Amino acid sequence: MTTLQLKNIVKRYKSQTVLDDLTLDVADGERLVLFGPSGAGKTVLLRLVAGVIEPDAGRVLIGGEDMTDVDAEHRGVGMAFQNFALFPHMSAFDNIASPLTATKSSKEKIAAGVQKVAKLLKIDHVLTHHPKALSNGQKQRTALARALVGSPPLLLLDDPLRNVDAKLRFEMRLELPRLLAAQGATVVYVTQDYKEAMALGDRIAVMASGSIRQIGTPQEIYNAPADIEIARLFGDPTINLLDVTPQRGGEGVFVELSNVRVRLADYGADVVGSPCVLGLRPEAISFVDAAAPGAIPVTVEAETPLNEKTVTLALTARGREILVSRPAGTPGPTAGPAHIAVNGTQAFLFDKTSGALLPRADLAAKRNGEAA
Amino acid sequence: METMSPLERILRGLALTLVVVFFMFPIFWIFLMSFQTNETILAIPPSIVFSPTLSNYAALITGKLQTAAGTLDIAFMSNLGNSIFLSVASVAVSLVLGVPAAYAFARHKFKGSEDIAFTLLSFRFAPPLLVLLPLTQYFQWLGLSNTYVGLIWVYQLICLPLILWIVRGYFEDISADVEYAYRIAGHSWLATFRKIALPLAGPGIAAAGLLAFIFAWNNFVFALVLASADKQPVTVGALAFVTSSGIQYGQIAAAIVLSVTPTLALALYAQRYLVEGLSLGAVKG
Repeated sequence: MTTLQLKNIVKRYKSQTVLDDLTLDVADGERLVLFGPSGAGKTVLLRLVAGVIEPDAGRVLIGGEDMTDVDAEHRGVGMAFQNFALFPHMSAFDNIASPLTATKSSKEKIAAGVQKVAKLLKIDHVLTHHPKALSNGQKQRTALARALVGSPPLLLLDDPLRNVDAKLRFEMRLELPRLLAAQGATVVYVTQDYKEAMALGDRIAVMASGSIRQIGTPQEIYNAPADIEIARLFGDPTINLLDVTPQRGGEGVFVELSNVRVRLADYGADVVGSPCVLGLRPEAISFVDAAAPGAIPVTVEAETPLNEKTVTLALTARGREILVSRPAGTPGPTAGPAHIAVNGTQAFLFDKTSGALLPRADLAAKRNGEAA
Repeated sequence: METMSPLERILRGLALTLVVVFFMFPIFWIFLMSFQTNETILAIPPSIVFSPTLSNYAALITGKLQTAAGTLDIAFMSNLGNSIFLSVASVAVSLVLGVPAAYAFARHKFKGSEDIAFTLLSFRFAPPLLVLLPLTQYFQWLGLSNTYVGLIWVYQLICLPLILWIVRGYFEDISADVEYAYRIAGHSWLATFRKIALPLAGPGIAAAGLLAFIFAWNNFVFALVLASADKQPVTVGALAFVTSSGIQYGQIAAAIVLSVTPTLALALYAQRYLVEGLSLGAVKG
C-alpha cells in the first residue's frame, strides 16, 4: 500500500494540451477510478504515473517520495494495459514471471509466485501457451496476473476489461473488487464504462479534456453530477436533458413540461426565471394513468427490454424525446399514447450557459436520504 | 481460397509457368553454359545437346586459364573469398551500428532525429561515381585505399542506410506498450531492447541483413576503383575473363554459377524469415 499524489501535472503533445494542471491525491489502499470519455487523458495520466511518459511540468509522488525523474523500472508499480501488451514471443508463464525475473529471484520462488497468481486468476492450465494461443479472456487474465505477481504497492489498471466480451466483463467486474482487496494495493483504475466505475471505485475522478471535473464517491457523482457533461456520461440509459425556465408558484419552485407543472421541492427561489437545463434520470420518470396528478401525455415510440430493466423511448407533445426506465417485468405501455409522471425530487437543474449543477436548497439532507 | 473452374486453374498454371520460365531461363542457360567449352557456346545454331565438361570449373579452381594466347593466372577463388569476407564483414558492421541506431530513431524522437535519419538515407541517392573521386583522394591520404578496412567502410554507404531504414520500420511496428510493460515490470531499457525489441524485430533484421548482403555482394564500382587485384571481389574479378584472345564465356558462366551460389543458399535458408519479415510490417497489432 502506498499513496499517490499528482501535483499540477501538465502534458502537451505539440500544441495540444493533454493534461492541464492536474492535481490528484489517492489515499493509501484506496481504489480510485479514473472515468471519462476517450481522449480525456486518462491513459496518458496512468502512463505518467508508471513513468513511461514524462510530464512537461508538475510532480509525481508515490508513497510521499518524488518519483518524477525516476525511471519506470524503479518505481515499483504494477500495470495492466488495455491492449494487454503481452510479450508475443514468451509463454504465459514467462510473461507473468517478468516482474519477478527483474528482481533476480530464485527459480523456485518465481515458479511459486507465478503459480499462485495464475491459480487465483484461473489460468494455471495455460501457462505454457504463447499469447497467440490464448483466448481474449485468458490474455486479459495473463496481463492482470503480470501486474499482480510482484505484489506492487501501487497498481495501475488501464481499462483492462475493454477488450473482453460482455460475459467475461461482467464476471470480472464481480471478481475484481475481491481480487484487488486481497492484494491490498492502492489502485488507479481507468475505465469508460460507468458501471465498472460504480462497481470498482471507492472514489471516482471524472476526467474530461485533460482535467478532473469532479471527484467523489460513486453515489455522490451519480446523485449530484457537477455539470451536464458528467451527468450525460454517467448513467445508462443516458439522462434526459430538457430546456426549462423554473417558475415560482404557490407550493414552491416548479417547471412546466408540456404545460404540466412539475414541482422541484429541493430548489430554492434563486433559480427562478433563469434559463436552465432539467436533468431527469430515466428511472426518475414512471408511467402513470391519465388521471394521476401531474400526468404528462406522451407517445411511446420504441421499447428496449434489457435484462434488468426496460427502457422506453417516448415523445412529448412538443416532440422532445424522453427515455423512461422501469424494472424489467413491471407493466408499462409498449406503443401509442401514454402518460408519464416525473419525480421532482430526483431532478437536477443545470445552468444553461455554464452547464454547472445548480445547488439545491437542502442538498446535504437529500444525499443521506436517497439511494441511486 | 476461392474455388476455381478447371479452365481457370489451367490458365493460371500456364501463366505462372511462363513467368517462371521467363525469369529462370537466363540462370538455367548460364548453368548449361558453365559446362560447355567456348566453341560449343559460340556454335550457330546453339544446341542444347552437348557433351558436358568440367574444364571451366577446373580452370577457376586451379586458377590457370588456358587461352589461345597461352596460360593466364586467374584469381577467381581468392576473389570469391574476398567477396564473402567483404560482404559478411560489411553486413556485420552495419548490423552492429545500424540496429541500435534504428531503435533510437524509432523510439526516441529527439530534435533533428528525422534529419539525421534522412541524411543517412540520402547516401543511397548519390550516384556512386559522383562520390568515388573525392573518396579515392581521401582514402589515399588516409592510407585506406586497397585495404579491407577501407572497403568495408565504403560498403557502409550501401548497407547501413538499408539496414537502418528497414529495421527502423520493424521497431516502429512493435507496440510501444509491450516495451513499456517490460520496463514497468522492472527491467532496464537495455534489457528491454535485448529481450523484447530485438527478438520481435528479429525476422525484419534477418531480412534487412540478407538484402544488405545481396547489395554488398553485387557492388562493383567501389571495389573496382578502391581495391587492387588481391582485394577484389568476384564482381570485379570477372573482368579478367575478357582476355586479349577473346571472352571466356564458359569460365564466365562457371564463375557466375559459383558466385551466385552463396547468396542463393543464404536466400533459400532465410526464405522463411524473409517472407515473415517482409510481411510482418503489413499487419499491425
